[in-house]
Amino acid sequence: MSQYVLRRLLIAVPSLLGISLVLYIVLALAPGDPFSELATNPNVPPEVGAALRAKFGLDDPIYLRYLRWLAAMLQGDWGFSFVSRMNVDTLILQRLPTTLYVIGSAQILALLIAIPVGVYAATRPYSIFDQIANTFAFIGFSLPTFFTGLLFILVFSITLDWLPFVYSSDIKATGIRWLFEQIKQAIMPVMVLGLFQAASMTRFVRSAMLDVIRLDYVTTARAKGLGQPRVIVKHAMRNAMIPVVTLVALQMPAVFGGAIVTEQIFRIPGIGSLLISSILSNDTPVVMAVTFVFACLVVLFNLIADILYGWLDPRISFR
Amino acid sequence: MLDTELRTMIDEVKDGHMDRRGFVQRMLAFGLTAPMATQILAIGGVAMAEGPSVYKPTKRGGGGALKLLWWQGPTLLNPHFATGTKDQDGSRLFYEPLACWDPDGNMKLVLAAEIPSLENGGLSADGMSVTWKLKPGVKWHDGKPFTADDVVFNWEYARDPATATVTIGIHRDITVEKVDDLTVRILFKKPTPFWADAFVGAPGSIIPKHLFAEYKGAKSREAPNNLSPVGTGPYKFVEFKPGDVIRGELNPDYHMPNRPHFDTIEMKGGGDAVSAARAVIQSGEYDFGWNIQVEDDVLLRLEKGGKGKTVYAVGGDTEFIALNFTDPNTEVDGERSSMKTKHPLFSDPAVRKALSMLVDREAVKKVIYGRAGRVTPNFLNGPEKFVSKNTSWEFSIEKAAKLLEDAGWKAGADGIREKDGKKLKLLYQTAINGPRQKTQAIVKQACQKAGIDVELKSVVASVFFSSDVANPDTYAKFYADLEMFQIPMSQPDPAQHMRRYHSRNVATKENKWQGVNFPRWVNKEYDDTVDAAESETDLVKRAALYIKANDIMMQDIVFIPVMHRLKVEACANALRPVVSGWANETDNLFDWYREATG
Repeated sequence: MSQYVLRRLLIAVPSLLGISLVLYIVLALAPGDPFSELATNPNVPPEVGAALRAKFGLDDPIYLRYLRWLAAMLQGDWGFSFVSRMNVDTLILQRLPTTLYVIGSAQILALLIAIPVGVYAATRPYSIFDQIANTFAFIGFSLPTFFTGLLFILVFSITLDWLPFVYSSDIKATGIRWLFEQIKQAIMPVMVLGLFQAASMTRFVRSAMLDVIRLDYVTTARAKGLGQPRVIVKHAMRNAMIPVVTLVALQMPAVFGGAIVTEQIFRIPGIGSLLISSILSNDTPVVMAVTFVFACLVVLFNLIADILYGWLDPRISFR
Repeated sequence: MLDTELRTMIDEVKDGHMDRRGFVQRMLAFGLTAPMATQILAIGGVAMAEGPSVYKPTKRGGGGALKLLWWQGPTLLNPHFATGTKDQDGSRLFYEPLACWDPDGNMKLVLAAEIPSLENGGLSADGMSVTWKLKPGVKWHDGKPFTADDVVFNWEYARDPATATVTIGIHRDITVEKVDDLTVRILFKKPTPFWADAFVGAPGSIIPKHLFAEYKGAKSREAPNNLSPVGTGPYKFVEFKPGDVIRGELNPDYHMPNRPHFDTIEMKGGGDAVSAARAVIQSGEYDFGWNIQVEDDVLLRLEKGGKGKTVYAVGGDTEFIALNFTDPNTEVDGERSSMKTKHPLFSDPAVRKALSMLVDREAVKKVIYGRAGRVTPNFLNGPEKFVSKNTSWEFSIEKAAKLLEDAGWKAGADGIREKDGKKLKLLYQTAINGPRQKTQAIVKQACQKAGIDVELKSVVASVFFSSDVANPDTYAKFYADLEMFQIPMSQPDPAQHMRRYHSRNVATKENKWQGVNFPRWVNKEYDDTVDAAESETDLVKRAALYIKANDIMMQDIVFIPVMHRLKVEACANALRPVVSGWANETDNLFDWYREATG
């Protein structure tokens, strides 16, 4: 298996190179200019913008800039933000814990809801429970997060005054109070994001389960006299999880992107809001780094999914 | 115009027959006051007064935490690199200039000991130099003394092209020399009537020499203190996360008595203006929200039963529609809107005049800007002293239609007017934002009724305002007939603002569209007027020249002013902020306090 992982990692290198090249070209060709704010400021003579462009090598041909970026990246230098004039890796690392905490919690919440609800609904298709679960799932993924986010704010922050709606990345308190505050401020974004994810995942788990539950080997297991819970958990669920793993794994990087909206609404200083503000200010080194991280995550989670397949179903071998 | 009258008044103030307040009030009545009013007195030989302080607390600290919400968070904390006001606001929490502007445009001392005047020898009679005396005993947050060396260093630092500062424009044409440890002199190359540019206001914030001396020029980016400021301000730096949060705590050695009021300060960034307004006005989670560009009905709704309110500051920002004087649809030598062309429709003054009558400013104010806007016939709307009283505007579809009819523009079969085979069809572009798109719709409707077909176009702001040479949609390229936006007026003096439309600044392919005269309007009389104003040291005459320049612009209808925009801030009911239309929001932070409640 280690050989397999190694081989997969080696294959990933050229694809990541290809991705980075495409990203770089697209960003270089995209409209906008990191020093545009200088242009509208009457205090700043145009020469300053030009000098900055020259200093940061923005006027060089694309291939040269790409090679320079690649060489720096290989040495672990992620470049620096034009806007903040600080290193991109510092900027990303500053925001990573918040993203992992909020997005991770939301994803776990989604799984905690989706798997039991989906499995239970599949074992009793068209029952009352199934129909209610389906209705909620449909409502859940039809409502965009910016809508539910606003709704939550209006209800829980403005009307009831229970929860804060501005996320604070460093809370003053210590000990239990700190933990309490952390959880309190994360409730709304995690709910908004988690419920949205849970809705689509529930549908997925349910249909994967339905496919498996009617297969002969499940019937055989039952015929052997195994109890219902054991049949479901040990035999059916394990197989049904294969497509679910694919979905979850491939969704992981997309969750980072999908969280952009939620991060904006609750002012969560995460990677998503970093990406959006960098795009708006044409801070290309940051956009490049963040999107490249996304690309790496896609490759990585694909690999993880493939390894999980083998564990869930030993017939899938590592070759 | 008011030349002799003013002169008499200045003399009266000198003789003691009129007090300063009376003078300023009289000036107001003439439409001639605000920041430059005090400068008039200064040049007229009367010492400039410091703006009155509204600060009430009688001891330092005890105000608790001050929570500020900036929906665009500061991304760096060096005033010399600040792109946009958000960065200036952030660095101004810690760094200070020699003086700043209060809400009435009076000068307020910060690090300077006195306001330069003719009497105290601070100003030279020929307008060639200004001497600043520094407050003694001021210390940087690390305990080192603040001296004239720091001021001189800031000049050297900023004017070095290799440092690539955004403040180079302020420092490049002056010379700063140290007279003694607590005195600096600024020398100008030509008589300079507006001497309070360098080291004043947020862009004039001063950074410490002992921490930045090694990082001048090409190494400027590497300075560790770019992200952790050590200033002289009321609050000491604690923490900074770009785009997210800045924290500070009370500076126990602050040089102003009883200040600051708050024990800690937090500036949180991100989100959008509406939710910022909500967090301050409705839920009260924050004390102050910056630049609330939200439609007035939304604000009025939030204010009902709210924990906060909106506050306004009057400056000189004008939202306008610019007319293209060249032809955007004809290409000459690979360049559209070339100076070699003339606009086929706008070369008829009747069309420009009719257009100006079709912009219903009153409706725009009512429907969109509400309390945040003032209707105006002028391009130059402040300070008061420079605002023309000779102009007027009206909205009348009938008159506009008649004007066009009389000029020979007859309605065709489709209801659109035409003349010599040219149809009155216009492309009207702007940057995407709610109020702008609504204004576009209002103007389009009126134009349609008068027989002008208007096509609307909106461009993402980051593209529209970029200097990207490859992009055809920038405001500077102006590949449209009309375009609407606002150029912020960043200081209480019109020189910079009006210089932009000098014919030498026309944006062309040759200067890579870096020229700032985007309407590509050329008028010799305007050029001469602006040139004359630049070196006119008689401030009364100078004001008259800028008023004349505005009037020439309005006569030619280069711009159709849509709205004189005020700054809108959201503010907790108990907070007493000091905000000025001539300064950044954090510029007068040392005077902010919270009224004791209960």
